[in-house]
Amino acid sequence: MAINWFKYSAPTTFYGLAGKMIPWFAFSSAILFVVGLYIGFVVAPADYQQGEFYRIIFIHVPASILSMFLYLVMAAYAALGLIFNTRLSAMMATAIAPTGALFAFISLWTGALWGKPMWGAWWVWDARLTSELILLFLYLGFIALHASIDDPRRADRASALLAIVGSVNVPIIYFSVKWWNTLHQGSTIKFSGTSMHVAMQQAMFIILAACWLYAIAVVLARVRSIILERERNTTWITELPEVRS
Amino acid sequence: MKKSTLLGLLALVIRRDLVLAMRRRADVLTTLIFFVMVVSLFPLGVGPEMDMLRKMAAGVLWVAALLSSMLSLGRLFSADYLDGTLEQMMLAPQSLSMLVFGKMAAHWMVSGLPLVLMAPVLGLQFDMSAQALGVLVIGLLLGTPVLSMIGAIGAALTLGLRGGGVLLSLLVLPLCIPVLIFGTGAVEAVSTGLSAVSHLSLLGALLVLSLVSTPWVTAQALRISME
Repeated sequence: MAINWFKYSAPTTFYGLAGKMIPWFAFSSAILFVVGLYIGFVVAPADYQQGEFYRIIFIHVPASILSMFLYLVMAAYAALGLIFNTRLSAMMATAIAPTGALFAFISLWTGALWGKPMWGAWWVWDARLTSELILLFLYLGFIALHASIDDPRRADRASALLAIVGSVNVPIIYFSVKWWNTLHQGSTIKFSGTSMHVAMQQAMFIILAACWLYAIAVVLARVRSIILERERNTTWITELPEVRS
Repeated sequence: MKKSTLLGLLALVIRRDLVLAMRRRADVLTTLIFFVMVVSLFPLGVGPEMDMLRKMAAGVLWVAALLSSMLSLGRLFSADYLDGTLEQMMLAPQSLSMLVFGKMAAHWMVSGLPLVLMAPVLGLQFDMSAQALGVLVIGLLLGTPVLSMIGAIGAALTLGLRGGGVLLSLLVLPLCIPVLIFGTGAVEAVSTGLSAVSHLSLLGALLVLSLVSTPWVTAQALRISME
């Protein structure tokens, strides 16, 4: 039996599918959050060096990983949209951007909260912190460019090009910041040398999965709104039960 | 016709943009005056201690160069866009990338090169050593074309948008950070007695990468903005 893989690349069909998937992702994300936070705050022991402060890692590291990962996913969707001229890909890229920016912001914020008790400063010009900040700028640029172009087709294509240029630049920026940092000062903190407790690892990976599922659920919800907004003049939208009522 | 070769075309575009810039000299001068002014504000802001000024000279000059190159980017395509020349360029049988490259080159000669020539004079105000000044100028020579080329992508994407200028800086500045880091790093290396070759090589690598990729990307961006 041949499966039509492209069936759900049309907003018409994807709208319903996304609606059905959101509760599953949201529900499993909530459960994993509860489990992960329980292991992280109750089961996992205090760190012998950092005491209780280290527990912020359980949100900090997943947020950082997702902020970087989501930028790549966004650029990939943007590239798909640009190459195959599919409307849905561009909508997905637009829907991912705010969530990615949110995770980048959370990562910076929790990093500052962690830095104060550990390093004695809210902000250290560490390579990782600085490149995370630049990543947030890249997200904001994408969102700003998309928002300031009125024609949605042009907005999609222009911001897609920007996302691709940005993703090519991300490694260059990362390494330049890293080398800049080693020139000015030694590496501020090293995580190596201490092996993590099993419960800490478990908590971190479970919360990473929870954040991931949360991102999927939120992006799907957002893409549904974007579809409704963009296709508001089509008949299939006006025939939707939730629009009619 | 002797102008039909690719290089002839390039020369033609560059000459046209240079002539246009010379007819509006005030625009060129504004960028340069902005550069001088921003650099001169720093000692007023942080105090006249020569030790500190010498240390931050390269950073100040590079950031000022970055900001003043942002100022003139808005003009890169807008005049041609408004009077319809850009549309004709896109219809031309010659490659749009090549035309765009000509415009980038002209833009650098008008807004980048004067900064490079002005920088040593300003560097003297900050008491930079002759060796550091030399490296600064070489770094700027390699780096300012990259700023013009990366900036051109942003200029093409924001063509004809309201609030284009601020948006342009928001898009382009993060992408220019590596240039800033290697440019100031080269001067820093020389003043601490190390070799600046590695930094300058990386700047050269960025220049080569931009030379081969940005004209094409900018041409694509223009096509998106003009359709």
